[in-house]
Amino acid sequence: MAVGLTLIFGVMRVVNFAHGDMMVWGMYLAFVLATRAGLDPYLAFPVCAVALFALGVVVQRGLVDPIIEAPHEMQILLMLGVALVLENTALLIFGPEPARVRSPLARLAWEVGPLYVDVARLVTFAVAVVLTLALSLFLYRTDLGRLIRASADNHYGALVIGADVRRIYATAFGIGAACVGAAGALVSPILPFQPPTGLSLSVTSFNIVIIGGMGSLVGAFIGGLLVSVAESLGAVFLRPSLKELFSFSLLIVILLFRPAGLFGKRTP
Amino acid sequence: MLRLEGVEAGYGDVVAVRSVSLEVRAGEIVALIGSNGAGKTTTLRAIAGLLPLRRGSVELEGRRLNGLGSAAVVRAGVAHVPEGRQLFPTMTVGENLELGARTAEGRAYRPQTLARVFDLFPRLAERRAQLAGTLSGGEQQMVAIGRALMARPRLLMLDEPSLGLAPVVVGSIFANLAAINRDGLTILLVEQNVLRALKCSHRAYVLENGTITLSGASATLLADERIKRAYLGR
Repeated sequence: MAVGLTLIFGVMRVVNFAHGDMMVWGMYLAFVLATRAGLDPYLAFPVCAVALFALGVVVQRGLVDPIIEAPHEMQILLMLGVALVLENTALLIFGPEPARVRSPLARLAWEVGPLYVDVARLVTFAVAVVLTLALSLFLYRTDLGRLIRASADNHYGALVIGADVRRIYATAFGIGAACVGAAGALVSPILPFQPPTGLSLSVTSFNIVIIGGMGSLVGAFIGGLLVSVAESLGAVFLRPSLKELFSFSLLIVILLFRPAGLFGKRTP
Repeated sequence: MLRLEGVEAGYGDVVAVRSVSLEVRAGEIVALIGSNGAGKTTTLRAIAGLLPLRRGSVELEGRRLNGLGSAAVVRAGVAHVPEGRQLFPTMTVGENLELGARTAEGRAYRPQTLARVFDLFPRLAERRAQLAGTLSGGEQQMVAIGRALMARPRLLMLDEPSLGLAPVVVGSIFANLAAINRDGLTILLVEQNVLRALKCSHRAYVLENGTITLSGASATLLADERIKRAYLGR
């Protein structure tokens, strides 16, 4: 999820406040696929990724593109608007009750020595690792991926070499959204969700991305690990309701000592 | 090959270039010279499709280029080495070069063109895996020229290739331009370094306050009293 956000920010410098809500849509899609078609979310996540890719391309082409030259504040307002529309549409269709997708995997646990390893979480983690690796291979080894990096590096330079920057942005936004789509489907059996969950997910993603460093894939991945470990420890040692205290304290500490994030580059 | 007819372009309320007409014939090196702010860069950006034309037309071999956008202009065979080089600083030299191959022909002949670029600029072969942002100014200029060559263009446009470089480096860059031209590539060169530009080009246009005030064979212009007084300080 944070990987998707970092990609969108890194390439377009657009702060996507609709990120969490897109993720909630990925969750609801997994929910619909599971209840109507009997598809397990661990199999359905590619479908969610594809659907969110399309949503991402549409949002980019139709809404972000016309104001891509506008100052940051405008884009933030726009994305907040998109977030509100997505959240309330979900509320209208699915209602306010928390939902949860059932999957047989989510009830399994392996006993490894003195520890219980939750199979669902392990699968989610494995898929996240694979997706991050696949995404970096794509960005570093393919022509389109290199063009995405090039546009992120120097927008004008990309225009100069004759790259179709609009198409590249749409692809990058789509991939970013696809990442959240997949993430949403994968966590839907673990995390109960309802339409307003999107906001807290957006906040968590931002926290991860800022800790890891804006625009860095590795940073997003490591940041994700740090935040989840911090929150789990917080839940164990304090009270579960106080777990965010830990991740946000981490954020403050990182901002104090490394304002650009762990893997971020300072932009002059 | 390239023909500009009454081109007008600018930024916001400012008209930077007014009724510029010029022609570049196949195989030539044509220099566009003039002082700072005369509209040289604007002219190149207008040809490259990076800036919309207000009036006039740009044609490459009889085909209209204006209004097509930069991607189509590159595909039509015009490669641009912009002012300030505009490389991708966090990507390697090799990646920067390969990204230049955005045309069908460029993609088809990528290994051959890359070999030719390394032949022209052996330094780049040594620095292939280095990040472009860590290179010296002269090396970065080589990457920018190499990146443009990777598209296998029919017309190469260069904007101030000598800017900020040591004289010795400028000399080698200009020698390379002559070699590229001998390969058969047509060049449109924008330069503030009037002496260098006139010495290496066949013909030249002088741009002043957004209009062309003088044009002719470079050798003739080099001897012209007005040029000597205004640009060569003699």
